[in-house]
Amino acid sequence: MRLPSVRLLAAGLGTAIVAIVLVAGLLAPWITPYDPFITNLDARMIPPSFMEGGRPENFLGTDQLGRDYFSRLIYGARISMLIGIATVITSGLIGITLGVLGGFFGGRVDDAVMFAITCRLSIPLILVALAVVGLVGSSLNVVVLTLGLLLWDRFAVVARSTTMQVRNLDYVAAAWAAGCSQAHILLREVLPNIIHHLVIVATLEMALAILLEAALSFLGLGVPPPLPSWGLMIAEAKEYMFFSPWVIMVPGISLFVLVLGINFMGDGLRDMLGAQRDV
Amino acid sequence: MSAALLEVEGLRVGFGNGTQAVRGISIAVARGETHCLVGESGCGKSVTSLAVMNLLARGAVRTAEGIRFEGREIAGLSEREMGKLRGDAMAMIFQEPMTSLNPAYTIGSQMAEVYVRHRGGSKAAALDRAAHLLGRVGITAPGMRLAQYPHQLSGGLRQRVMIAMALMCDPKLLIADEPTTALDVTVQAQILRLLQELQQELGLAILLITHDLGIVARMAHRVSVMYAGRVVESGPAAELFGRPTHPYTHGLLACVPVPGKIARGEPLGSIPGTVPKIGPGYSGCAFRERCAQAMPACGAGDVPGREAGPEHRYECHLGADWTARLATGAAA
Repeated sequence: MRLPSVRLLAAGLGTAIVAIVLVAGLLAPWITPYDPFITNLDARMIPPSFMEGGRPENFLGTDQLGRDYFSRLIYGARISMLIGIATVITSGLIGITLGVLGGFFGGRVDDAVMFAITCRLSIPLILVALAVVGLVGSSLNVVVLTLGLLLWDRFAVVARSTTMQVRNLDYVAAAWAAGCSQAHILLREVLPNIIHHLVIVATLEMALAILLEAALSFLGLGVPPPLPSWGLMIAEAKEYMFFSPWVIMVPGISLFVLVLGINFMGDGLRDMLGAQRDV
Repeated sequence: MSAALLEVEGLRVGFGNGTQAVRGISIAVARGETHCLVGESGCGKSVTSLAVMNLLARGAVRTAEGIRFEGREIAGLSEREMGKLRGDAMAMIFQEPMTSLNPAYTIGSQMAEVYVRHRGGSKAAALDRAAHLLGRVGITAPGMRLAQYPHQLSGGLRQRVMIAMALMCDPKLLIADEPTTALDVTVQAQILRLLQELQQELGLAILLITHDLGIVARMAHRVSVMYAGRVVESGPAAELFGRPTHPYTHGLLACVPVPGKIARGEPLGSIPGTVPKIGPGYSGCAFRERCAQAMPACGAGDVPGREAGPEHRYECHLGADWTARLATGAAA
């Protein structure tokens, strides 16, 4: 038997990481040992149980307000995944709709779509996100909406170029010749044949959205406290990182591992779907 | 000829950049008959077939004095009405069987879809019909093929699937745009034989588009030779092959190498030059620059249509007996 390649291992590992974080986020209320919002000023900055001074009740120790760090981390996973998925759905809907329409109809429609994409690309992402969140006020919904409305460009570019390729293929001509309607051809002939490209874009955008949320939260403009976002945890931990480095390492490493996992998964999907299409 | 299933009169197709792809052609396809549209690349064959189905790309302008299908005028039909005809009474198969099937769906679901779209009924009934037709076009184990995806089939099989799919709704007219060009010669012969059998069995009218004169000789009842957007010669196949009258047809037939007749090392026949670009306001015969018989009259004005025999028409200033005169002239 052939040993699985490094790429395959990476893809499996990435998928496993994403699955674990997703399940952890979904089941957060049932698997966390403590309420992540309950403070205990008598038990602040306790190191993780495997470190010196740690205690077995708090696996990853506690933060500066005595909240259980493990529970907060798991609720943080929930927020990261929620933001990642909701942003991808919002931006995917916008980007795919624009891209497919532009690629399929060409001409004026395509000009309009390309203009929109160019406009979007000339907007500095973080600055606008900061400005919007700063103006409207920070909440989970605002963060998702802002990121969703800003991250659709790659979806649009990929959907447009792949639609242009598929549009001219014979099976689309055959569908016209079989009397299919325009809507049918868009939804059932074109879309299923470009979706594998878009799934890969979705993974990249999800990783980007999670990182951006962390960045916004770190700057105090993302998810409002006391919600346990990983970016917010990093922000709150930075004052203590000299004497209690674990408080910044735990969410930092989690974020790194999750984003790496999503990217591995995306690469794996690309290899898999790409190979399947090569006839 | 009034019983023709498809009658096209004075069809013109122009593109936005001024190119005239089809310049006023008339074609009639009778029930149960194979009508071959022959010509070299770019002469407007495919555009003609797409124009009949009203499937031209955006930017193409189609005008016609009449396009009648079963005696009904279809040139002015709405997109919706045309959609009802396409895939139902008039079906089409394409040149590239490798890309004509959607890779995202199984053979069965693609075939059933056409039927359900036009005829309604359950998917199960449509799949039964699909299996029956796959068997009819010579595919073994049709039940298994229905569940397969296009990439699991060979080119010949896919073209059979395409033919079966075109037959799902019992079309009266089958437009086949170079259906065998992408296939190897043995498979080509099988597919052509299949088309002939189906035609006899179902009374199909076939509009066969090809550049292969071998296929024409084998399949056609009637032939229209196209050159630069005009039908330069048309007539019953035997008549046209027996007495090619337009200099282009003449040249075309001279280009076909016949084993035994052509000695080794002897150059193959060819027609010098290339097809001219036809812009707006082009007049005269488009073949004149490549024609050995060209004369001053060819340079301007319309080319007269002439009769060379019963239902055998051609467009040229030369009389129908020019080949005979040429032969005697050369002898004298």
